[in-house]
Amino acid sequence: MATVATAVAIMSGLGVLFAAVLAGAQKFFRVEEDPRLEALVDLLPGSNCGACGAPGCAGFADHLIAGKAAPSECTVADGETLAAVADILGVEVGTINKRVARLKCAGDNRSVRTNAMYMGVNSCRAAKLVDGGGKSCPWGCLGLADCEEACTFGAIEMSDEGLPVVELDACTACGDCVRACPLDLFVIEPVSRRLFVQCSSPMAGDAARDQCAVACDACGRCAADAPDLIDMRDGLPVIHWERGVEAQRRATWRCPTGAIVWKEEGKKSNG
Amino acid sequence: MAFARASLKNLPSFRRGVHPPDAKAATCGRPIEPMPFVSEYVLPLGQSIGAPSAPLVDPGDTVSRGQRIAAPGGFVSVALHAPVKGVVTAIEPRPRAGGQIVPSIVLRADPFSNQMPQLSEPLDLGSMDRDSVVSAVQNAGIVGLGGAAFPSHVKLAIPEEKRVRTVIVNGCECEPYLTCDHRIMVEHPKEVIRGTEILLKISGAEQAFIGVESNKPDAIEALTSVAPDNVRVVPTAVKYPQGGERMLIAAILGPEVGAGGLPLDVEVLVNNVGTAFALTNLFDKGQPLIDRVFTVTGPAIAEPKNLLVPIGTKISDIVEHCGGLLPSAKQVVLGGPMMGLSLSRLDVPLVKGASGLLCLDSVAPSSSEAFACIRCARCVSACPMGLNPSRLTRIAEAGKAEDLPDAHIGSCFECASCSFVCPSGIPLVQWIRIGKTLVAERREEE
Repeated sequence: MATVATAVAIMSGLGVLFAAVLAGAQKFFRVEEDPRLEALVDLLPGSNCGACGAPGCAGFADHLIAGKAAPSECTVADGETLAAVADILGVEVGTINKRVARLKCAGDNRSVRTNAMYMGVNSCRAAKLVDGGGKSCPWGCLGLADCEEACTFGAIEMSDEGLPVVELDACTACGDCVRACPLDLFVIEPVSRRLFVQCSSPMAGDAARDQCAVACDACGRCAADAPDLIDMRDGLPVIHWERGVEAQRRATWRCPTGAIVWKEEGKKSNG
Repeated sequence: MAFARASLKNLPSFRRGVHPPDAKAATCGRPIEPMPFVSEYVLPLGQSIGAPSAPLVDPGDTVSRGQRIAAPGGFVSVALHAPVKGVVTAIEPRPRAGGQIVPSIVLRADPFSNQMPQLSEPLDLGSMDRDSVVSAVQNAGIVGLGGAAFPSHVKLAIPEEKRVRTVIVNGCECEPYLTCDHRIMVEHPKEVIRGTEILLKISGAEQAFIGVESNKPDAIEALTSVAPDNVRVVPTAVKYPQGGERMLIAAILGPEVGAGGLPLDVEVLVNNVGTAFALTNLFDKGQPLIDRVFTVTGPAIAEPKNLLVPIGTKISDIVEHCGGLLPSAKQVVLGGPMMGLSLSRLDVPLVKGASGLLCLDSVAPSSSEAFACIRCARCVSACPMGLNPSRLTRIAEAGKAEDLPDAHIGSCFECASCSFVCPSGIPLVQWIRIGKTLVAERREEE
């Protein structure tokens, strides 16, 4: 009987001791957490895509609380969510600057010549290693959908002619496709930039048009029609948005191949 | 000693490896024929490992056969020479094997020239110091002709603190189908031996071995009959990839070259027989590298041949000279079936490192027909580098570039023994190559 009593006493004593240690730890080592953090993490989309530049949504919430980021930098959340986020923080939403992924190639299977059929691992990265993948243009899209597979948001779908099509509403500009493409064909651009060059071939003249019906042949007409905005470099027009010159539709009018295009609002990014 | 090891039952070799059918019967008995001159030649400026060459000519210039038309673009880079007398028509981007479109010098041959090469004076090796030998080899445009196209002078520029005891000349030609090195050994044994002696003299080594797979008895006999005392011809086992530098050192001398190491670490210098032949041409005739021996073979070519082809000849012209592709042709490979490169177009030029053209009438099963890995470890038993190709493939498939260097992906020289033995038909070597691109991209980002 005495043994039992001793055991109970020791265990209870230990219990009280540890409880005291824990209570002390709770008091002295307590980490103050902003109560808004949990609310923000609940509100944010939770896709951890990294488009905002923060390591995941919780990291973005930290940046928000620290005042290092504006709610509008989350490109995934819709307007309502952003308003709620701004409300919690008591700040402005910030300017929503919708950005999307765009493909610097329009050479689908109808436009670019296929020299040989590639057979092997079904990925652009693999095909590129086998004589460039068999298409006549070594700079263009190989159409084996590495980007479609990489896209977390299902925003990329391959067209019937083997070119990725970006669904603008679904695209969050996270940049996964930019990293997935072995030919570096994707760029992230604000939708407000309407003028876009859909070609990456440095070739000029007949040599370019021989490879692909929609290649930029470096004729320079777009640069001539928008001299303040466009320069020709390495066989391709470069649009200098940083100059702040307003882009005009007429820069695309004399393009013989349709390599420079005017992106209409609400339309798909490619196709 | 070497003779004892080379007793017929127990020929020297390396650990692991595979036994593909050698398929050399179609061309191994055919003498080397000179390829007739054609009208247009294209010379990509980057033909070897290292920096591209810098052109010395302008469009419209007249050049003679053997004239230097591009200078080395750095230390790991070689000169280029006009393969024909003619006119430079352009320096412009042209397609090359590998799928790129790269700056190239385009020549139009003079149809009325007899195309005798314009040679410089033969070089007197005895009176030259090592630096002038290295620069002479670099300016003659000589690269390793076994396939990798590594500039030869870089191997010959032996650092002060290193020394070479043994020269090995590689006449294994373990790739199935190819017979260009075989024919060089049979038809030009004296030149191969002379090239070996030149290598001995440059490197200061005491002894030389010429490793030849025992399926080329005529080559072994031809070389043995003219070899001096300090050059020994060693028949090796017929096993792929016996012609790999490390495999040949292991077979003939025994030591293994460590991961990331060079033959120089075990005091060895290895060169291909084609390279030895090119060195003889340079030092004894003053001829730079302007043509090479090239095997055209396979079941889908009308007339298989061994040809002496000017560098820069288009593959389409070579195919035409060999009677054209048969209607059954499905795939054309530049190089051998194990390590060669599939071509998607034939209007690309012959570059220095290309040793043969293989025209196939069937296509190896594609990866869509591959089965799952059954963990049989045949790839592990086959890998001559002692790697685990299955593991490398799994990591590459998962895209984990950060784990690949620890699995020694850099030691893989893409011999494709693993893909050859895989019972599930998994294209292991292709995945490893994909893995290498992932590693390179990651390094760039950092």
